[in-house]
Amino acid sequence: MMDLLWLVPALPFLGALVLILFGTRISRTMVAVIGVGSVGLAALITILVGTTFISSSESSFNLLLWSWIDVAGFSPSFALHLDPLSLIFIFVITFVGFLIHVYSTAFMAGDEGFSRFFAYLNLFVCSMLFLVLADNLLLLYLGWEGVGLCSFLLIGFWYEDKNNGDAARKAFIVTRVGDTAMAIGLFMLFDAFGTLAIPEILAQAPQVWTVGSQTAVIIALLLLGGAVGKSAQLPLQTWLPDAMAGPSPVSALIHAATMVTAGVYLIARMHVMFELAPLAQQCVAIIGAVTLLLAGFSALTQYDLKRVLAYSTISQIGYMFLALGVGAWSAAVFHFMIHAFFKALLFLGAGAVILLLHHEHDMFKMGGLRKKLPAVYWTFLIGAASLAAIPFITAGFYSKDNILWLTFASEKGNVWFFLAALFGAFITSAYTFRMVFVTFFGEAKSTVTHRAGNLMTVPLVVLAILSLVGGFIELPHTIGHLELLSDLLSPVLPSVILRPGIASAEWAIQSISIILSLSGVYLAYYFYLKKPALPGKIKSSFAGIHHIWFTGWGFDVLYQTIFIRPFVWLSTMYKGDPVDKCYTGIVLLTDFMHRVFAKTQGGILRWYIMGLVIGAIFILTLGLLL
Amino acid sequence: MILLWFIIILFVGGILAWIAEYWNASISRWISMLALIINFCLASYLLAAQNEIAILSESSWLLYYRIPWIPSFGISFYLALDGLSLVMLILTFFLGILAVLTSWKELQYKIGFFHFNLLWVLAGITGVFLTMDLFLFYFFWEVMLIPMYLLIGIWGHENRRYAAFKFFIFTQASGLLMFVAILGLYFVHGNLTGEYTFDYFKLLGTTFSPEVGRWLMLGFLAAFIVKLPVVPFHSWLPDAHAEAPTAGSVILAGLLLKTGAYGLLRFVVPLFPDAAHEIAPWAMLLGVIGILYGALLAFSQTDLKRLVAYTSVSHMGFVMLGVFAFNELAVQGVVMQMITHGISTGALFIIAGFIYERIHTRDIDQMGGFWKQMPFMGTIALIFAMASLGLPGLGNFVAEFLTLVGAWKASHTLTIFATLGLVAATVYSLRFLQSVFNGAEMTHVTLPDLSLREKLMVVPMVIFIVWLGLFPQPVLNTVKRSVERVISAQTKVDDIREDLRPGIAQKGGEDE
Repeated sequence: MMDLLWLVPALPFLGALVLILFGTRISRTMVAVIGVGSVGLAALITILVGTTFISSSESSFNLLLWSWIDVAGFSPSFALHLDPLSLIFIFVITFVGFLIHVYSTAFMAGDEGFSRFFAYLNLFVCSMLFLVLADNLLLLYLGWEGVGLCSFLLIGFWYEDKNNGDAARKAFIVTRVGDTAMAIGLFMLFDAFGTLAIPEILAQAPQVWTVGSQTAVIIALLLLGGAVGKSAQLPLQTWLPDAMAGPSPVSALIHAATMVTAGVYLIARMHVMFELAPLAQQCVAIIGAVTLLLAGFSALTQYDLKRVLAYSTISQIGYMFLALGVGAWSAAVFHFMIHAFFKALLFLGAGAVILLLHHEHDMFKMGGLRKKLPAVYWTFLIGAASLAAIPFITAGFYSKDNILWLTFASEKGNVWFFLAALFGAFITSAYTFRMVFVTFFGEAKSTVTHRAGNLMTVPLVVLAILSLVGGFIELPHTIGHLELLSDLLSPVLPSVILRPGIASAEWAIQSISIILSLSGVYLAYYFYLKKPALPGKIKSSFAGIHHIWFTGWGFDVLYQTIFIRPFVWLSTMYKGDPVDKCYTGIVLLTDFMHRVFAKTQGGILRWYIMGLVIGAIFILTLGLLL
Repeated sequence: MILLWFIIILFVGGILAWIAEYWNASISRWISMLALIINFCLASYLLAAQNEIAILSESSWLLYYRIPWIPSFGISFYLALDGLSLVMLILTFFLGILAVLTSWKELQYKIGFFHFNLLWVLAGITGVFLTMDLFLFYFFWEVMLIPMYLLIGIWGHENRRYAAFKFFIFTQASGLLMFVAILGLYFVHGNLTGEYTFDYFKLLGTTFSPEVGRWLMLGFLAAFIVKLPVVPFHSWLPDAHAEAPTAGSVILAGLLLKTGAYGLLRFVVPLFPDAAHEIAPWAMLLGVIGILYGALLAFSQTDLKRLVAYTSVSHMGFVMLGVFAFNELAVQGVVMQMITHGISTGALFIIAGFIYERIHTRDIDQMGGFWKQMPFMGTIALIFAMASLGLPGLGNFVAEFLTLVGAWKASHTLTIFATLGLVAATVYSLRFLQSVFNGAEMTHVTLPDLSLREKLMVVPMVIFIVWLGLFPQPVLNTVKRSVERVISAQTKVDDIREDLRPGIAQKGGEDE
């Protein structure tokens, strides 16, 4: 049964291949069947393989497909590695991926690039699966770049609009900067261990390096560089808000549920490296904490429904990074999973709203959709509640509460991280319910002609259920105390070490966080339902701050000034190739000499005689003088 | 004998193609096609049977062919084949076939003479990849040059005469320096041992004073780094590539540049290991400068073919970096780079050619939104743009990654800068892709998507580049022993000579 694992990435790949080769020649129904079916089958096989794996006592399962490269000891292969960590990821990828594929058949129904869309989407799922199943870092890198390519293709899916192309290019280039750091990290890892196989590196690293060893720190920082690029964390977060130019299912699948969490996966996977490099791990936490705050503030000021969600994604991944940074590995994975459910749900819901309103993105032009789109409203509300961590009933509460508690209680945590996370939770529920209230409450500002069909509603409902009950697999000590997920992950990820004598404070921390998230909801209610005129006033009196938040803290302007303009300027200035000018100079010089000497052969006799005379005088003078 | 046939078929095919024009121009096309297909099949057969042949030949060289030419000067017609030359021959004939196919419709005048020149260039390249006699090597080096000069000068674009002259002068001047160095080597070896010979194997391991070694090496190096090209000796390349007809660009980028890389691997390092080690840091630095400089300039080009030409400058920087890193990983990467760059850049030039045939301009500003009417071409362009930015899963990634991993061992700083080249490659590749195929449609004429002939050209290239990306090992195995020979040049020069000599003596100059 376990040997079927290769089918999990292979099926979406085959789907992509068939669609690329024959997509234009087969009917749309057929395209949908192949596109959705391949991922659906992969999800089924994942469940089969997963249950077999969990019921077996093995801690990991390796499947060698073929040897890729074998040169002078550098021998990465196409080999899959299944362990609890990758199992959770492939489950989320295939399952959420499948739901999003189903939704897309309705969402993209009228699009002329229907088969192209599913080809790219399948290719994405395949690359993402290789990323998380890779047994060595080079194969991981293949998946890593593959998802980058698909992200590029899908952001720029509607290629006729230049803005989409620009957003796509930005995403690719910015993430590639991170990838390059990661590539250098791989060179160093190979140099140190003579292999890129992940299990071997993780096993050998503690023997080769002591905690805090300089090489380990550098490598961990380089890997972190790759992670912040892919996961849109500071300072490489700028691409994600623009990436919303892609179709909404793409935002749901790639820019919320799966690809952007690749950085989380990488750090969790290489956790040994980060434990050996406390400095790097601290950087992870700091980046997470700062990012979650900055992105949260930006989310508060957006008008575009999808941009709110994009900043929210950046902010939530910030939470995951924070968790990783304080050593709460499985808490990060838990939040990844729950976030995949509710954020995919929110994006799909937003997509449905945008589609039904004829591609209107500005939520201040929506309003009052509660009555007109009940199914979308209720599911969106559940997603929002989960994102805002509404206590007890939502999954988001359990996963975020876990992180909040551990940033406080973990040995590597401190009160500053905790305060950042706490304040972030407050902002999160504020911007989330701002979005809900503005979009679905108040007076209607637009007309809706029809409702979402079943193909769109069913995935929403399934994700909504998961966003509610998904959290019950991991309950805190104070409520129920269940640790299914951490137990499952325990062979891969070490459990977090708490500061001594702190366990009793858990209920206090929880109460604070509950109060804050509820007050965030109230804040949104007060500003956007009770006193709708107030936000405008505040906005005009703090226009400067609003502008900074709205534009994502000016990172775009900064990068424009220090990287893009100089590069373009330099490139344009050098366009004519200055080196070539040297050669042109030689040519001109030769030509000039040629003209000068040609003059001496003018065919005019008196010049020749003159030349002879001068020459004779010259020689005679020389003879006399010497 | 089979080695000789490779060259004879091309020479004779070229003459026949020229003559055939008197009756019917399309016969010339078929003749050159046939000649190349025969050669391709022969080379493929050798590739398939290499293991059996290797057992027979009892050394890392698969085949030899040797007849005396001018014995009084120690010149012989000496050909030998190892894994490296075999792989390069396959590439030569493959791209040769594509060059013929790409000129099928594009070329409409002096067709016979065109094919004569095409086949003779290829014959010269084949000779260069096979020759083990330095005099003969120089002869083939020149055989490549003149027909190529004519290809650019006669069938090129508007500014063809300038480009052709420039190409000729750069290559010829540097080639003469190499000739001087060859003669120098000849006399040094002669004075030392009393045996005046141009035999590569005998010249291997000649000992010099460091001073002499350095100068002789520089002579060889000059020819190869101009050909490769290394910044700042690259400036003939953008002109030649941009002005040449598509077939010419394919051969230039795909093969002629590779003769430079081949020369470094086959001659510079093995003949002058000490001098090569001495300049290694500088050579690697030049490589890195080339990577970044080429990428920077590629970004702002508005001429599609010039853009691709500068990407070649950038990619060939990896060759320089890898060769002088002196380890197996890097050199294997270089060999992969020679093959994959040949295919991927060849494909990009072919695509530029397709576009030129349709809209009669190379100006990128007049392109845009081509995906709408030509999705097939767009897909192909996408694949090769990804290849050129080094996307894993395609052959170029294997090449560049191996080179960089290997180079890391030699120099950390330079490798970091070279890796930055990957970001720059992303920037120019995406610009190429987006400004041609994405955006609003720029032209309002109907653009037919690829015809069957055109598909027949690009689809095999796609298959090759993907295959090399996923299953590179057969190629790596084929060239393994040649690469090891380059690496061990420094330490084990004497051993190799011992290893080789008996093999040659027993064969008596005949193959198999």
